[in-house]
Amino acid sequence: MSVFDLAQQVRTKQRRAIDVANDTLAAIDARDNEINAFLHLDAETIRSQAERIDATVDAGGDPGRLAGVPVAIKDNLCQRGVPTTCASKILEGWKPPYDATVITKLTQAGAILVGKTNLDEFAMGSSTENSAFGATKNPIDPSRVPGGSSGGSAAAVGADYLPLSLGSDTGGSIRQPAAFCGVVGLKPTYGTVSRYGLIAFASSLDQVGPFARSVDDAGILFEVIAGHDPMDSTSLNAPAPDVMTTINDGVAGLRVGIVPELIDGTSDEVRDRVVAAQEALVAQGATLVELSAPELRLGLAAYYLIAPAEASSNLARYDGVRYGNRVDAPDVAAMMTATRTAGFGDEVKRRIMLGTYALSAGYYDAYYGQAQKVRTLIIETFARLYAQCDVLLGATTPTTAFEFGAKTADPMAMYYSDIFTIPSNLAGHPAMSVPFGVDGDGLPIGVQLLGPALSEPTLFRAAKILESEAGR
Amino acid sequence: MSALPDGWTMVVGLEVHTELRTDTKLFCGCANNFGDEPNTNICPVCLGLPGALPVLNQRAVEYAIRIGLALNCVVQNSSFHRKNYFYPDMPKDFQISQYDVPINGPGYLDLPDGVRVGIERAHLEEDTGKTTHLGGTGRIHGSDESLVDYNRSGVPLVEIVSCPDIRSAAQARAYAAELRSILIASGASDGRMEEGSMRVDANVSVRRGDDQPFGTRCEIKNLNSLRSVQRAVEYEALRQIALLEDGGTVTQETRHWDEDAGKTHTLRTKEEAYDYRYFPEPDLVPVEPTSEFIDTVRSELGPMPAERRATLVSLLGEPTDAQLDQLLSVVEQGLDSFVVAAVAAGVNAPLALTRTSNELAASGDVVATVDAQAVAATLLMEQAGELSATQSKAVLQEVIVNGGGDPKAIAKAKGFEQMADGALDTILDEVIAAHPDEWSRFCDGDDKLQGFFTGKIMAATKGQADGKAVAAGLRTRRSA
Ligand SMILES: [Zn+2]
Repeated sequence: MSVFDLAQQVRTKQRRAIDVANDTLAAIDARDNEINAFLHLDAETIRSQAERIDATVDAGGDPGRLAGVPVAIKDNLCQRGVPTTCASKILEGWKPPYDATVITKLTQAGAILVGKTNLDEFAMGSSTENSAFGATKNPIDPSRVPGGSSGGSAAAVGADYLPLSLGSDTGGSIRQPAAFCGVVGLKPTYGTVSRYGLIAFASSLDQVGPFARSVDDAGILFEVIAGHDPMDSTSLNAPAPDVMTTINDGVAGLRVGIVPELIDGTSDEVRDRVVAAQEALVAQGATLVELSAPELRLGLAAYYLIAPAEASSNLARYDGVRYGNRVDAPDVAAMMTATRTAGFGDEVKRRIMLGTYALSAGYYDAYYGQAQKVRTLIIETFARLYAQCDVLLGATTPTTAFEFGAKTADPMAMYYSDIFTIPSNLAGHPAMSVPFGVDGDGLPIGVQLLGPALSEPTLFRAAKILESEAGR
Repeated sequence: MSALPDGWTMVVGLEVHTELRTDTKLFCGCANNFGDEPNTNICPVCLGLPGALPVLNQRAVEYAIRIGLALNCVVQNSSFHRKNYFYPDMPKDFQISQYDVPINGPGYLDLPDGVRVGIERAHLEEDTGKTTHLGGTGRIHGSDESLVDYNRSGVPLVEIVSCPDIRSAAQARAYAAELRSILIASGASDGRMEEGSMRVDANVSVRRGDDQPFGTRCEIKNLNSLRSVQRAVEYEALRQIALLEDGGTVTQETRHWDEDAGKTHTLRTKEEAYDYRYFPEPDLVPVEPTSEFIDTVRSELGPMPAERRATLVSLLGEPTDAQLDQLLSVVEQGLDSFVVAAVAAGVNAPLALTRTSNELAASGDVVATVDAQAVAATLLMEQAGELSATQSKAVLQEVIVNGGGDPKAIAKAKGFEQMADGALDTILDEVIAAHPDEWSRFCDGDDKLQGFFTGKIMAATKGQADGKAVAAGLRTRRSA
């Protein structure tokens, strides 16, 4: 059932929110011991939210656009009084005293907030194997990773516990797990969704976005969470994007750009599906534009300097002084060192060191400074491409979901998972992964739609076509 | 003022941090209040909680621009950087500051004696919390525990960096004093060094002769008063000279001024200096004030101290050196409006200046709310001879304490009736007759007894006698 229909049923008492809540809890109960999508789940608060929503309906009120719709929350979004860990030991037990703006918006829309989902520690990773509280398994094939960093949110929707979840995407952390778990995932235009209450990994790249079973559902969740927020200085001072009005308008006349840099290096099966997606769009009236953009290849290297640099600063505050875990030591400096040594996992430490080095006196120009130049180059490259096409179509990931441990020994191989997704983060542009068939092992394949800033309405139109053609 | 040994000169630049007197903090809505209960003015933003984001306070931008304009700076588009270092009173373990593009670029400040000191920049940044170390020496090393108050965390600061144009300790003090009065006049800061709302660091180096290159400099921290600025700079220059004359070298380092000991000592050496790893603050957007906004701020700026001193000079005509000192301090303390109001009411300028620089200046903070017209009316009574100087001062005290009032009523309530003609003569004669021994010694030339007789007469007249008339009466009787 679509989110639209579910909310409509709850609004008209055809279905009670409490029943939705209980069904959701039952689904999670049946399978999440195995999948481990959730880090925190409290049945009582879920039910009490549902009861409040039903009471609103009973009193003749409208709980909102997501009336009674269960939504899972990535555990790097602050929710008042609810444990928020970023899957890190350093924040274990911390309960934020405030709600992230997206949490407030979901509550105001009548959604049921269903727990906090697993992730790679501080959103650093591509497999959820970097969680301090155990990896999440791919619901399609539990011997494989769900992708990351928003692996828990992707798996929760992929396992059909619930229709919607929120993730965050810094270099592909929504799109890659969406592709691996066979769900829709959107990384919105930077600044369309408030980052207030999103625990920062790399502030200039992070963006909150939806996971959904369908393109329509993703569109509704995106509209609910988007919009200007005075608490986020980087929030765009523009009206919230409207994607639903035009979502069924089709792709006739749409110029779809194809660049080898967003396809080359994939497995044959992934490549075949990207080609099939091209054909599906053309069949509905789009035209293909063959372009090339070798500069996009530089994105990966630039990203792995900029993101760690910002992270090294963003994660400095976890020093044991004010909140989270503290390891006592004879003096302040030793306490901070001991706390951070014990509290952070290896990948987080690796990126803090990388970023610290990239910003250090004498190295700044060669690393961080150079990476910023590449970032500018990528923005210019996209501008050149979008002068000739409306959207770009490529692969979301080089491969389908890989097995546990396949890349943990080789960070570079893991980083390479993000090769196609990173450029959109560097440019601040929207991009979307849409399920488009499976490989020989039955593992989902995602194709990626990219567009210029605020092109979400166009991306959703194209995604809707791909969704309807995917089954063929 | 002590001089440096022959041939030596010093080169000094000052870095002054001043808190802005905005209602709220730089990046959140918490109250910017000194002295509140610890950790009451805090929120997720100024505590640096995970996920919280800064939003720039536009009033702080306005105040920073006021300071820039008052210091003749170039006001420009600017942006914020992060200054990264670990410290428990800094909740994010980085400070949001301005780096390569400050809101205020180069400007200058003219000292009262005409010397011009260049201003390199005046940029916006956030303050840190405040740590109190319990036990041990009261400093972080060796303390038993430390308590942090984050009320100050995120309070807006402007850091004003001078060029190395200062050449003496007295000049360093004069610069700090003049800057302080400019900050107060701009309305952007209260300039209270004792509360830490204005904090001074000094970069000091020495060289043999003005044509030599600058020597290695040391940065002196913890200068909490104008006096300590002068003392610390003097001490540090002499320390460096002594070191060099002994064949040693000056090491670049940060030094701490110990006010009680009157000495500086090493805080950290260059090798221990932090690498702040500055990079652009990704959570904030550039600050781009329009020229209309800057013009509005400019038009709202009141007269600066130099202009106000000139006003007092013109009221006085040709001021004496003593009067110049008085008017300097009157303007520095922002009390010149009392002089101007009194003169406008008909009080002669020297009297208005003297009473303002003594009675009003000594009365502390309450003076800000005192009715200038009541002060003027009191001085008019004194000028007309209706009050003696002593009585006038007593009435002024009452006016200051009450913030105003009718001086005639106050004088009456205090029993300050004018003395009848001849009453002073009678009392003079009575006092002299009562102390014949003292009188004869006074007549023999023991001038110290003038005070003895004056005191007796003042006591007998309850302070109503005019001091000049008493002196004149004693003089004529002695020579008679
Ligand atoms: Zn605050």
